[in-house]
Amino acid sequence: MARLRRFLDRIEPQFQKGGPYEKYFALYEMVDTFIYSPADVTRGSPHVRDAIDLKRVMSYVVVATFPVLLLMLWNTGFQANNAISQMGMTGLDGWRNWVMSTLGIAHDPNSVFANMFYGLLYFLPMYITTLVAGGIFEVIFAAVRNHEVNEGFLVSSMLYTLTLPPSTPLWMVALGIIFGVVLGKEVFGGTGKNFLNPALTGRAFLYFAYPAAMSGDAVWTAVDGYTGATPLALAASGGIDAVKEAGYSWSQTFLGVMPGSLGETSTLAILIGAAFLIYTRVANFRIILGVFLGMVATSLLFNLIGSDTNPMFSVPWYWHLTMGGLAFGMVFMATDPVSAAMTNKGRWIYGALIGFMAVMIRVVNPAFPEGIMLAILFGNIFAPLIDYFVVQANIKRRMKRS
Amino acid sequence: MEHYLSLFVRSIFIENLALSFFLGMCTFLAVSKKIETALGLGIAVIMVQAITVPANNLIYQYLLKDGALAWAGLPDVDLSFLGLISYIGVIAAMVQILEMAMDKYAPALYNALGIFLPLITVNCAILGGTLFMVERDYNLSESAVYGVGSGLGWAMAITAIAGIREKLKYSDVPDGLQGLGITFITAGLMALGFMAFSGIQL
Repeated sequence: MARLRRFLDRIEPQFQKGGPYEKYFALYEMVDTFIYSPADVTRGSPHVRDAIDLKRVMSYVVVATFPVLLLMLWNTGFQANNAISQMGMTGLDGWRNWVMSTLGIAHDPNSVFANMFYGLLYFLPMYITTLVAGGIFEVIFAAVRNHEVNEGFLVSSMLYTLTLPPSTPLWMVALGIIFGVVLGKEVFGGTGKNFLNPALTGRAFLYFAYPAAMSGDAVWTAVDGYTGATPLALAASGGIDAVKEAGYSWSQTFLGVMPGSLGETSTLAILIGAAFLIYTRVANFRIILGVFLGMVATSLLFNLIGSDTNPMFSVPWYWHLTMGGLAFGMVFMATDPVSAAMTNKGRWIYGALIGFMAVMIRVVNPAFPEGIMLAILFGNIFAPLIDYFVVQANIKRRMKRS
Repeated sequence: MEHYLSLFVRSIFIENLALSFFLGMCTFLAVSKKIETALGLGIAVIMVQAITVPANNLIYQYLLKDGALAWAGLPDVDLSFLGLISYIGVIAAMVQILEMAMDKYAPALYNALGIFLPLITVNCAILGGTLFMVERDYNLSESAVYGVGSGLGWAMAITAIAGIREKLKYSDVPDGLQGLGITFITAGLMALGFMAFSGIQL
């Protein structure tokens, strides 16, 4: 390791002002601070003495996605292998199957290793594409605009990849993250200065630009030509009975044994991540609880109103939590400290707004089966306004007191 | 009752004048730097919409529509080609009257709104509201509900963008995009969020 440090120190002058690679300083800085903690110290007062810095906050979020990641790999592979063995497919083509057959791994849904490996063959190319495509634009902006490449991108790219359906074409993956990074974040000046969650901006762009690849029944299982509806789509057409009929029990949706976007399936893994994020205080529990309570209240309200024609009205809240991406959005997306409300009271309102909107879109909007993505973007839009009114109310209250 | 409620919700969210029809963009982009003024302008738009849409509805129903002059003994007269000019005239007159009335009875609000009140006359969201009313053939009570709802939706959108722009004061926008450019991008991204409502049938 000391040799690496010496190497970095030796090449540093080349990237400094006046050096031949001056333009690429952002790149050097990125590698250096990624591996070692930076030597900069604050010179002026006041100082905040805290071990937690931006880098640690961001890497904690990435760590929190690990349980999701593990179950996601298994589930993606399991869904695909299950479909393949059910349909009795043999002689599949495509490079993934070439890799599988060369290594002598059968498409066996009972083998944990085969499932994880096949899942990895889907996740890894998408994730690498995201990192490379988004990273290139991140570095271009950093180099031209003289700011640092931020660890925030690691979080955005991981979360973005986890929101995609497993069969998304790689060029779409690249296009989405580029849109998210450039228009969602970099035009506003980079990490911390945007008002929408960049990962979700990219995801929403893909959703509206290529609806055929982002919705419907054919995209949720990583097998060509195999259609399997997600439990949420089943519920939209036939209520909870249709979900149960298709063989999904509540505990199954809770554990995540169902088709869906990569990271959204396992509520259990997401809740483990949530516990970690709340314990380390990276995510604010008020937002998570706010979304949860808003979701419960809204679905109870819809249960109460009832409807003869729309089966979604009668879906109970604990199904709303486990089906689709609500839990994932609640824990990882809504809590993004940049785009969420900043005041404590505002966080409750912001969370409740998202929970309400997510269930409302699911239930009354037939155009979109899933609502959490748009609900969070909607919440992001109103977050500054909520903060403003909370602050004004506080000012008014204190004026009255004095 | 349910019919009016769904019309109200639709005119606020689903058919939001600013973010799904992009009407009234000039004021939407120009007067959204501060939340307070945006809020004041929003309230003014709600008031003007609430008055002019039903007023224009009366004019349309009883003067301009094909056969509307039957009550005057002229069943074959179709004056609908005079629509645009009469609506904008009504809007201008209403805004003037409102301005004078506010000057006399609510000087605080009048001073807060200042120049924006007369500017509303040329706000396309106002004329747009009236023209939607004509096109969809609302009756008087429907147009009153639609007027209030569409004004409310526009007011909500402009306060939201003002909130975002106040937050963006701390951002570091590239030189070429500063000012109007980033505001256009912001409005576009907001419209992306408002897509949440598109497709809801009420």
